Amino acid sequence: MSARTLFEKVWDAHVVVAETGDTPAVLYVDLHLVHEVTSPQAFSELRQRGLQLRRPDRVLATLDHSTPTLPAGSDGERPYTNDEAKAQVSLLEANCREFGVALHGWDSADRGIVHVIGPELGATQPGMTIVCGDSHTSTHGAFGALAFGIGTTEVGHVMATQCLLQRKPKTLAIHVDGTLPVGVGAKDLILHIIGTIGVDGGTGHVIEYRGAAIEALSMEERMTVCNMSIEAGARAGLIAPDETTFAWLKGRPQAPQGKAWEASVNVWRSLRSDADARFDREVRIDAGAVKPTVTYGTHPGMAIAMDAPVPAARNAQERRALDYMQSEAGKPMQGTPVDVVFIGSCTNARLSDLREAANVLRGRRVAAGVRMLVVPGSEAVRRDAEREGLHEVFTAAGAEWRMPGCSMCIAMNGDMAQPGQLVVSTSNRNFEGRQGKGARTVLASPATAAASALAGRIADPREYLVEVAA
Amino acid sequence: MKPVTRIHSRTAVLADENIDTDRIIPARFLTTTTRDGLGKLCFHDWRYLADGCDNPDFPLNQPQASGCAILVAGRNFGCGSSREHAPWALLDFGIQAVLCSEIADIFRNNALKNGLLAIMVSAAEHQWLLEHPGIELSIDVRGQFIELPDGGRIVFQLEPFARHCLLNGVDQLGYLLQHETAIAQYEQQPDHFTQEQAA
Repeated sequence: MSARTLFEKVWDAHVVVAETGDTPAVLYVDLHLVHEVTSPQAFSELRQRGLQLRRPDRVLATLDHSTPTLPAGSDGERPYTNDEAKAQVSLLEANCREFGVALHGWDSADRGIVHVIGPELGATQPGMTIVCGDSHTSTHGAFGALAFGIGTTEVGHVMATQCLLQRKPKTLAIHVDGTLPVGVGAKDLILHIIGTIGVDGGTGHVIEYRGAAIEALSMEERMTVCNMSIEAGARAGLIAPDETTFAWLKGRPQAPQGKAWEASVNVWRSLRSDADARFDREVRIDAGAVKPTVTYGTHPGMAIAMDAPVPAARNAQERRALDYMQSEAGKPMQGTPVDVVFIGSCTNARLSDLREAANVLRGRRVAAGVRMLVVPGSEAVRRDAEREGLHEVFTAAGAEWRMPGCSMCIAMNGDMAQPGQLVVSTSNRNFEGRQGKGARTVLASPATAAASALAGRIADPREYLVEVAA
Repeated sequence: MKPVTRIHSRTAVLADENIDTDRIIPARFLTTTTRDGLGKLCFHDWRYLADGCDNPDFPLNQPQASGCAILVAGRNFGCGSSREHAPWALLDFGIQAVLCSEIADIFRNNALKNGLLAIMVSAAEHQWLLEHPGIELSIDVRGQFIELPDGGRIVFQLEPFARHCLLNGVDQLGYLLQHETAIAQYEQQPDHFTQEQAA
């Protein structure tokens, strides 16, 4: 067989019916992630057609988007933002009961953001096809899985057939050479990459991130990178599995155990692009040139080093973006006054992200007038963080420590900013109104978000980390 | 899905590039559990002022945009989330086709599965369409061309299966279910990469 990319190896292994000129491939789905927002209409479709859910054993369902991050009151009532949000959650609970799906719901010790708990449970494994009615499904590509977001019609297709109709996408290799400077992390890197290739730079492609700087990333950092592939328009982004991957997965509840583990690792080692495999496009990025990076406009491609001048608007929509953000061309984002800081989301709410923020905050206080929310990605992250005392670091600094969920990343559970407020956020989208109508979002790493909370202005975390080292 | 063969309408233009799914329908409205009645929420935060009145600066609030079923949008329309609420909202609002030089992948998939024509044209044709709001167009799905008022044509590509489904109102889930035998056979094989059976 001719040389193949990692993506092609995973794709080929899941083709049930090959594509032709007239018809797309029928592609098998190993793992279907389900949450309350994009599933109700798909369950309704099954019910109307009298269909069963084909493989409930291949579904991982949880509650994350519409769920409050404040605990239930003394009356046991959860503080939903409205009745519709509550009804949506209740409906997923009912649908899971009716269709035989094990829901990681309110009573589960595993509940959390679906893209955080899939890997935590070991459900996400190398070489799998993974889909979800959520564009940040690309996160799971960090394990060498082909993982992408789908719409609700396709959610119904997977529920009924465990398959999707798909045309094979193109491939884009992003080589990241060199070493990230001290104090610069995966979030800075992916913002830099999107700023370089553009918000549509990956459209029609599956990305493979590769090179020395990618191999050096921890598993959680790799998830941060792959998570934001969709922000460059790519439905999926993959990283070849290696010893870092295997060490992270080993022993997790749904990962293979014993001899099955050894046998799986042996096969997973073959999940790399062949040396002479061809990509449709290739891009090279120098990790050494990446600085603490933030966004200055209203899409994730409008990203620059925080100390670099904001570029002048080249057209009407860039002017609109700068006006909305109140960003001033020629001035750096560093120093911009901050109203709210959000640490959370499927991009940056894992334990290492919380540690990164806590290392900056420890023994210090959030600036007067700044509201800071820290929302762990899952119950497991919450437990681990509390075991380390990170929650005490956050609350002592003046931040709010919340229950797991998507929270202010998508702002549909009531956690939101007020019109005009500037939010430094570790999430993935800085679209107009994303964090509340009129709210202005600056995307940043957990360290930058924490430093900005302390300074009350967008600040370079390296200034705080140096003090700790000294 | 009802067959979609031809759409005839004047165009309305939203020239902004990168109109994301949060602008098409803000996330706070995604607590709905049906796909109906989302038209009133379409472009909500752009279309209405804080007091709930129509924003006179929103292009689709202009009298000449009223009744237009064809939207010419700036490059990279529909970027962002996978929410199918975006095409549902556009269709309920009265938009039946979006013309653009580049459309985000997930949005385009979702749109075509709902009979919303998401059609990509060349950069030059796109620019011309952006500069000529309100012209009468006829989109012919079978012939894969857009007829201009002067009789000229813009030819476009459409993925053959999506075109077939649009023209014949094919139910894609029904089509997938016809592959039951192949799916069942595939499921007989052990997983390719994870080796559970070695245990």
